[in-house]
Amino acid sequence: MNYIASIGSYAIMVKEVFKKPTKWSVMKSLILKEIDELVYGSMGIIIFISIFIGGVVAIQTALNLTNPLIPKNLIGFATRQSVILEFAPTFTSIIMAGKVGSYITSSIGTMRVTEQIDALEVMGVNSLNYLVFPKIIAMLLYPFVVAIAMYVGIFGGWAAGVFGGHTSSADFIQGLQLDFIPFHVSYSFIKSLVFAIVIATVPSYHGYYMKGGALEVGKASTTSFVWTSVVIIILNFILTSLLLG
Amino acid sequence: MIEVENLHKSFGEAHVLKGISTSFEKGKTNLIIGQSGSGKTVFLKCLLGLFTPEEGKIAYEGQVYSELSLDEKRDLRQEMGMVFQGSALFDSMTVEGNVMFPLEMFTKQSRSEMQDRVDFVLKRVNLIDAHHKYPSEISGGMQKRVAIARAIVMNPKYLFCDEPNSGLDPKTAILIDNLIQEITKEYNITTVINSHDMNSVMEIGEKIIFLKDGFKEWEGSNKEIFKTDNAAVTNFVYSSELFKKVRQMYLEERN
Repeated sequence: MNYIASIGSYAIMVKEVFKKPTKWSVMKSLILKEIDELVYGSMGIIIFISIFIGGVVAIQTALNLTNPLIPKNLIGFATRQSVILEFAPTFTSIIMAGKVGSYITSSIGTMRVTEQIDALEVMGVNSLNYLVFPKIIAMLLYPFVVAIAMYVGIFGGWAAGVFGGHTSSADFIQGLQLDFIPFHVSYSFIKSLVFAIVIATVPSYHGYYMKGGALEVGKASTTSFVWTSVVIIILNFILTSLLLG
Repeated sequence: MIEVENLHKSFGEAHVLKGISTSFEKGKTNLIIGQSGSGKTVFLKCLLGLFTPEEGKIAYEGQVYSELSLDEKRDLRQEMGMVFQGSALFDSMTVEGNVMFPLEMFTKQSRSEMQDRVDFVLKRVNLIDAHHKYPSEISGGMQKRVAIARAIVMNPKYLFCDEPNSGLDPKTAILIDNLIQEITKEYNITTVINSHDMNSVMEIGEKIIFLKDGFKEWEGSNKEIFKTDNAAVTNFVYSSELFKKVRQMYLEERN
C-alpha cells in the first residue's frame, strides 16, 4: 500500500515540477549549472568505466572463441552489440544513479532539513520547479554522454583486442560493421532518454519528501540509489520487450 | 491584518492546535509564546501556509487562505517575509545572492537597481562588509540579520519570525529584537514572532498570545502580562527568579 502511495506522490511531484515556471533568466543559469554538475561532471567517470568495460567484453569474447571455425571478427561484433545495446545505456545509467542520484538526493535533502525549501515556498517560489526542472532539462543531454560511452567503449574493446593480441585491427573493424542495424543505436538513445528522466526525478523525490535530520539525508541517498536502479532495470526490460521484442 | 478563526491541526493522533482564534494587527509586533510542544511552530507554519489546517480559517486582509488557488497562494506568499529559526539561508549563495534572490525571482528591476536595494537593506540591518561572504563564513547573529534583510527586501506586508534570537548572545538578541520592531514600525508591517525569549516578550510584545497544549490560553500586551492572574501565564513567564522580582517591583510601583 505504501508503494502505491509513493508512486502516487511521485506522479503528483512530477506534475508539480511543470507548474508555475521560474523566471527564465534565473532558470537559464540554473540549467547551465546543472549541465555542468550532472552531465559534464560525470564525463570523466563514464569515459573511464566505458573504456575498461569495452576492453573486458573484447577479452572475454576472445577467450571464449576456442572453435577455430568461428571468425575472429566476432570479437568486434560482440563488443559492438554488448556496448551499444546494454553497457553504454544501462550499465552507465546505474553508475549515474549512484553518482548523480546520490548528489541530487543529498543536496535537495539537505535543503529540506535546513528549511531552505520552506524558505523558497514562503517566498512564493515553486520549489519543485526551481529545484527539479533544471535537473530534468540538464539530463536530456544524457544521450550525448551515452554516445560518448558507446564510442569510447568500442575503442576500449579495439585497444584490448588488438594490443592484447586477440585479434587484428582489420578483423575487429570488420566485426564492428557486420550486420549493423542502425535502429539499435536509436533503441539505445530512447532507453537512455527514459533513464535520464528517471535519474533526475526519482532521487529528487527521495530528497524532496525526506523527513528527519542529517542521518536521514544519508539514508535517503542510499534508498534513492536502490530505487533508481530498480526502476532502471524494470524499464530496461519493458523497453527492450517493446522496441526489440 | 491577519485573522485566525477556530484553527485546528492534527498530525495522526496528535491534536496539536485546538480551535485557536485571534488576530494580528498591522504595524504591531505580535508574539506567540508558550512552552516547547505547545504548538507555536505548527501555528506559525499554518499562518505561512506550509501546513494545512483541518478546520478553521486564516484570512489576510479579508482573503481566506484556504479559498485561494495554488497560484494565488504563491502570489500572496510574495507579500510575506520569513525569518527561520536556523536562518535557512541558501548556503550555495553569498550574502548578497541570498538577499538579491527574491528580487531576481519576482521583479523586473535592472541589475543596478537590485544592487542598490540590496545595499540599502543590508545597511539597514547593519551589515556592510559581508556582501561577498557565504553563510558558513559569518556568525549566527549576522546570519539572522541576513535572513531579516532577505525577508524585507521585497517590502513585505507580513513578517514572520520563528525564534529569531534563539542561540544568540543577549546583546545580539536585543539588537535583533529592536531591529524587527523598528522595521515593523518603519514599513507598517504585520509582524508575527514565535518566541520563548522573555526579554522579547517584555520589550517588543505589543500583542502576546500564550499557547498551552494547543489552546490559546491568554492574549494581551506586554503591559497586561504584568497584571494577569492567569496561573499558566505567570508560571511560564515568571518562571525565573529575576522575572518574578521584576513583576513584583512593577506591581509595587503601580500600587
